[in-house]
Amino acid sequence: MTEPALAFHSVCKNFGTFQALDRVDLEIERGSFFALLGPNGAGKSTLISITAGLSTASSGWVSVLGHDVVSDYRRARNCLGVVPQELVYDPFFSVRDMLRQQAGYHGCGRAYWPWIDELLQRLELTDKRNQSIRALSGGMKRRVLIAQALVHKPEVIILDEPTAGVDVELRRTLWAFTRELNEAGHTIVLTTHYLEEAEQLCDRIAILDGGRIRVLEDTRTLLGRHPYRYLSLQLDTPDAVLPEAVAALVESRDGENVELKLQTGRDRIGDVIEAVRGAGYRLQDVRTRDPSLENIFVELTMNQDKVAAA
Amino acid sequence: MNIYGCYALFIKELRRFYSVILQTVGAPVVTALLYMAVFGQVLKGQTIEGVPGTAFLVPGLMMMSVIQNSFANTSSSFTQSKVMGNLVFMLMTPLSPFEIYLAYTGAALVRGCLVAVVLFVVTHVFVSVPIMHPGLILVMLILSGGTLAVMGLIAGILADKFDHLAAFQNFFIMPMSFLSGVFYSIHSLPPFWQQASYFNPFFYMIDGFRRGFFGVGDASAIDAIAVAAGFFTLVSAIAIWMLARGFRIRS
Repeated sequence: MTEPALAFHSVCKNFGTFQALDRVDLEIERGSFFALLGPNGAGKSTLISITAGLSTASSGWVSVLGHDVVSDYRRARNCLGVVPQELVYDPFFSVRDMLRQQAGYHGCGRAYWPWIDELLQRLELTDKRNQSIRALSGGMKRRVLIAQALVHKPEVIILDEPTAGVDVELRRTLWAFTRELNEAGHTIVLTTHYLEEAEQLCDRIAILDGGRIRVLEDTRTLLGRHPYRYLSLQLDTPDAVLPEAVAALVESRDGENVELKLQTGRDRIGDVIEAVRGAGYRLQDVRTRDPSLENIFVELTMNQDKVAAA
Repeated sequence: MNIYGCYALFIKELRRFYSVILQTVGAPVVTALLYMAVFGQVLKGQTIEGVPGTAFLVPGLMMMSVIQNSFANTSSSFTQSKVMGNLVFMLMTPLSPFEIYLAYTGAALVRGCLVAVVLFVVTHVFVSVPIMHPGLILVMLILSGGTLAVMGLIAGILADKFDHLAAFQNFFIMPMSFLSGVFYSIHSLPPFWQQASYFNPFFYMIDGFRRGFFGVGDASAIDAIAVAAGFFTLVSAIAIWMLARGFRIRS
């Protein structure tokens, strides 16, 4: 049987009395492009830290391609490349030297230097290779971190919010690059706050909240099973008083622009439009859209908050 | 064992101090030469344990430099990596605790020995110092430099900021090295402090090292080697245990 790229079995992590992870069970298949989502403090970074060996689980176990991250840590870490969230670097060395050192720690010598040069070229860092990393911009530093995670050609790559604070152009470059890596057979695990990225890139999504996996589904299934549609109306007046039945569906409103959230099978678009017209208002524009991952994410995490508050 | 990984970390540590060699080797040599100039003037014409005062100073200053620089290399490198956050790049690799220990200690030992050799060569212009037992000199150099390198590693693991490190250096390493017979023979001390010196491992490091040059010392060569080796083994065990447990470096 083929081992999953990453496997988490009943992983718990306590910091004193605070439980950061609560019996996390998760398997990520080889070759997948996986999104690990969740609000701040959900436990995503803790889970990554345990996988990378920066933290130890209070109970449970984690494996990378079947190698336990504690008892078989050498193999596990050689199979794994992690791009950390923070822009950290060693100020003493140039970009290329740092990458060669990092490969060296994994036991990868001169034979890997052409690969490092290729990485520099692919990430548009060739002309910066002899510069100290501290002299680079934030975006360039981010590229170096990505190259650093790939120097030993790991099969599984974890990117912890790689596009935070990155400009649009670089973000596109990064996504094109990670897509290529995925197509080449690498398993990619991504955490991000830009949900449209997860929606566009990832084939499977887990939502972590309060240290537990709340949702684990294929992206399309997750988006498809959401029982809502959104209807945007542009009215002829910003002061329109909507009929009660329509007002109850309002998700957001900015003057004459109103967004309504309709439940599939219960709220019909035709009925809504008729009711608005019946109240004496004219419609300037009408648009519909399916829920985005962001809508689903907010809803799921808000529901959990409500449950917790109850 | 990940031999190449260990070697890569060792070379990285060497290159780290080499990139600021004026600060890591040049400055300690100048400081030691200033001590030499001041105390050499005071001790001019005097003999200590039958050795000319200025010559007596040289091995003491060499060993003090080894002690301080070996400690400084590991402690500052490790603390800086913790403070800057780049320690994660090493922690996420397949390097074992022993390999990390070996690479850091080895590089710090090289720096300590380099400072000592440069100091010896420079002072040789002004004062001639015999070499009676080169083997003993080498053994004491490795054991003492190694011990302080490992102590620096422990301090780096424990420290969360440079202030913690400075406290360790100024309130522990500095007094222990100054009060260990760098500038004097412990026979010149009052009886209480003479006895107290025998409980200071740094005293054995300096005394054994000096015996290698002059063939005389306050403690026997066996005692000096035994204490230095014992202390080196003890601190090494503590450091490797800390690295294996991820003490203060893995949450």
